[in-house]
Amino acid sequence: METYYALNQFPLNSWGQIVYIKESAKMRRRLWDLGFTNGAAIKALYVSPSGNPKAYLIRGSVIALRNEDAGAIIISPKEKGSTSWD
Amino acid sequence: MGLTAKSTGKSLLTLEPDLKALQETALVVALAGNPNTGKSTVFNSLTGLKQHTGNWPGKTVGLSVGKYIFQDHEFSLIDLPGTYSLFSDSVEEEIARDFICFNKPDVTVIVVDGSCLERNLHLVLQILEITTQVVICVNLLDEAKSKGIDINLSKLAKILGIKVVGTVARNGMGLEALKKAILLTATKKREPPVISTFSLLYDSNLEQMISEGIKLFAANDLNDHYKRWLALRFLDSDYTLANKLKQLQLANGNTNEILIYEQFCSKGFSGDIRENIVHTLYKTAETIAKSVTTHKAKPNLRINLDKIITSKALGIPIMLLFLGLVFWLTIIGANYPSQFLSNCFSALEDYLLFIFKALNSPAWLTGLLILGVYRTLAWVVSVMLPPMAIFFPLFTLLEDWGFLPRIAFNLDNFFRKAGAHGKQSLSMCMGFGCNAAGAVACRIIDSPRERLIAILTNNFVPCNGRFPTLLTLITLFVSGSGVRGSLSGSLVMVALVVSAIIITLATSKLLSMTLLRGLPSSFALELPPFRKPQIGRILMRSLLDRTLFLLSRAVVVAAPAGLIIWLLANFGLADKTFLEILTNFLAPLGRIIGLDGVILAGFILGLPANEIVLPIIFMAYTSSGSLIELESLTATKTLLINNNWTLLTALCTIIFSLNHFPCATTLLTIKKETQSWYWSVLAFVIPTVIGLITCSLVAFCYRLFFA
Repeated sequence: METYYALNQFPLNSWGQIVYIKESAKMRRRLWDLGFTNGAAIKALYVSPSGNPKAYLIRGSVIALRNEDAGAIIISPKEKGSTSWD
Repeated sequence: MGLTAKSTGKSLLTLEPDLKALQETALVVALAGNPNTGKSTVFNSLTGLKQHTGNWPGKTVGLSVGKYIFQDHEFSLIDLPGTYSLFSDSVEEEIARDFICFNKPDVTVIVVDGSCLERNLHLVLQILEITTQVVICVNLLDEAKSKGIDINLSKLAKILGIKVVGTVARNGMGLEALKKAILLTATKKREPPVISTFSLLYDSNLEQMISEGIKLFAANDLNDHYKRWLALRFLDSDYTLANKLKQLQLANGNTNEILIYEQFCSKGFSGDIRENIVHTLYKTAETIAKSVTTHKAKPNLRINLDKIITSKALGIPIMLLFLGLVFWLTIIGANYPSQFLSNCFSALEDYLLFIFKALNSPAWLTGLLILGVYRTLAWVVSVMLPPMAIFFPLFTLLEDWGFLPRIAFNLDNFFRKAGAHGKQSLSMCMGFGCNAAGAVACRIIDSPRERLIAILTNNFVPCNGRFPTLLTLITLFVSGSGVRGSLSGSLVMVALVVSAIIITLATSKLLSMTLLRGLPSSFALELPPFRKPQIGRILMRSLLDRTLFLLSRAVVVAAPAGLIIWLLANFGLADKTFLEILTNFLAPLGRIIGLDGVILAGFILGLPANEIVLPIIFMAYTSSGSLIELESLTATKTLLINNNWTLLTALCTIIFSLNHFPCATTLLTIKKETQSWYWSVLAFVIPTVIGLITCSLVAFCYRLFFA
C-alpha cells in the first residue's frame, strides 16, 4: 500500500517521486520550471535552523522551498532508479 | 544567486548599449543559461576587460555586453539574464526570450552545468524550439567529474544536431574550442552542415493541435521551425509574446501574426497546456541526460558541509561568525589605509595652499576650492575608500564560495514572518557595506512587492559611512577606552546592529501589512554547490564594479556639498554665518529630539555622505569655517562636553544616525531602482519619522527620570 506525503513532511534522506502538484499552488509554474514535475525523483536533504524552509534534491540541483509551498507537492516514497545525477 | 557585479555595481551608472547598432558591425552571440552555471565566468573569460555593463532598456535588469576577436571576426557577446526557463513568467525570462526571438543573434551559446545536465537541458530544449543557431557549452566539467559524472559530449552533439563544447571556464579549459564552435555556427560552416534532425515531440493530442495551428501561418513567410514555435506559444496563450508581436508589427505596418493569435484564441485552441509542455520537455531532458552520462556514485562532501551550515545548533552561530569577521576586518583593516590616505591628502592640501598663495589667489577662492571642495572630497575619499575596498571583496568572496544562499536559507523564516523574502537578508548584509549597493542588490529578489520592501528598509542597517560615527560616540560616551571599554563597546555595537535588524524586520512587517499588502510570493532558492572562489576575479570585479563606482558617485555629490558647506560657514547676514542661522533655527526641534541645532544641521548638510556628519558638527562647534578632524578622542570629548553633550545627546545622535533619511547616493539609487518618485520619497520619510519619534521618546523619558 502506498503512503502519500506532503513534500514538507517527507522524511529526510529518503527518496520519493512526485505524484501531484496541487492546482492551488501559487508557484506551480515556477516549480515546473525548476523540474518539479509529476514522476520526478526527489529527496528531502536538509532543514534550516528554524524548520522552514527545507531544501530538496531534484534533477541534480538543491532547491529550497518554504513549507507552505512544499506542502502543495504530493510525494510517494520510491527507491531512486537510475538518474544522470545524484 | 545573481548578487554579482552586474546586479550591484556599475550598472547603475550607465548607458544602455545600442543593441541594434552592435548587430550591424559584429557577429552577435547571446549567452544564455541557468543561474549558477558559471555563465558570467564564461562571459568574462571570453571578453576579458572589453566589456560594458548597463541595464536592459527600460528595465532594472543588468546587461553586460562584451567584445572579442577570433580569427579576424569580431564578436559581440550579450550576457542574457540567467533563467531556468523561457516561458516569460518573469522579467528576466521575458528579456532572454525576446532577445533570442526578436534580435535574432547569430549564435546563442547555452552555458550548461555539467553536474546537473538534466535540469539544464530543459532550457536548452526550449531555446532549440526557437532557433537551431545554438552552441552548447557544457561547463563545470571538473565539478561533474568530482561527482563521478562523465558526459559523452559528442553523443549529445549528435542527438541535438548542434555543436557541443566541454569547458572548465574558471581555468580557461575548452574556451578556444568554444570560440571555434561559435564561429563555425555563426558563419554556418558547421559540420554536419544541416539543421538538427532532432525534434521534440509532444503527445499526439498536442501535436494535432500544433499542426492545425501551423496551418494558420500558411500565408506567412516564416521558416517551419519558427512557425511551430509560434504555434506552440499561441496554444499556451502566451499573451506577453502576442503583445510584443503587436508592438513590433504595428511599427512595421504588418499585423499578420497578431491576427493569427486572435484566430488561435477564437478557435478555442488556447488553453492550459503548460503542464503538458513542461512535462514533455523534462521527460525528453531526462532521457537525453541519461543516454549521454555515466554516473558512478561518489561520497558527496558538499551535503555534509551543508548539514553543518544549516544545522539547528551551529547554523546561525556560524553565519554570525562569518559576518562578524567581515565587519571586524573591515573596521580594523580600514583604519591604517584611511590614516595614510588622510595624511597624503593633507600634505597635498598644504602644497595646494602654497601654490594658490604663490598665484595670489584671493582668500575667498582659496577657501572655497581648497578648504571647501577639496577638503570635503579628500575626507570622503579617505574615510570611504578603505572600508569599501575591504568590505566588498570579502563579501564577494562569500558570494563566490556559495555562502550567501545559505544565509538566505537560514534566515528566511524571520523574513517570511515579516512578509518579506529570505534574500532580503543578503541585500541587508550588503547594506552594511553601503546602502546604495544594498538597494541595487535587492534586484536578486524577483517579486516586486518583496523587492520594494527590501529597498525601503535597507537604510536601517548602518553602512560603512555611519560605523565610524557610531564607534566614536560609543567609545566616548558609553563604553570608555581600554580593554574593558573596547569589550563593552563591541557589545554595545552588536546590540545596535541587532536592533537595526529588528527595526528592519518590524518595518518590513509594517509595510507588508499596509502599503505593500499582498500575498507572499513564491520562494524557491537554489543552493549551488560550494565552489572555490576566484580570488583574482573577485578583487578585479569588486574593486572596479562596486568600490570605484560608489566612490565616484560619492565624489560627485561630495564636491558640491563641500562648496555649499563652506559658503554656509563663511558667509552670512549681519554678524552671523548662514550656518549659525541654520543651527539656531533648528535648535528648538533639535532639543525636542535630544540633539541640538548643530547636530541636526550636521545630519542635514551631511545628506551627500554620512561620513561628513561628524566633521560638520565639529566645524560648527569650533566656528572654524571648514571641516576639521580632531587630534584625539580626548579633544573630541572635551569639545563635545563643552558644547553641552550628555549621555542623552550621544544616545540620540546614535539613534538618529541609525534611523534617518538615506544619503543622497542611496536616494538617487532608490529612484533609479524603483523608477518612482513615490517610493523614493517614502524611502526618505519612513526612516526619518521613525528616527524623530524614537529620539523624542528617548529624550522625554530620559529627562523625566534623570533631569
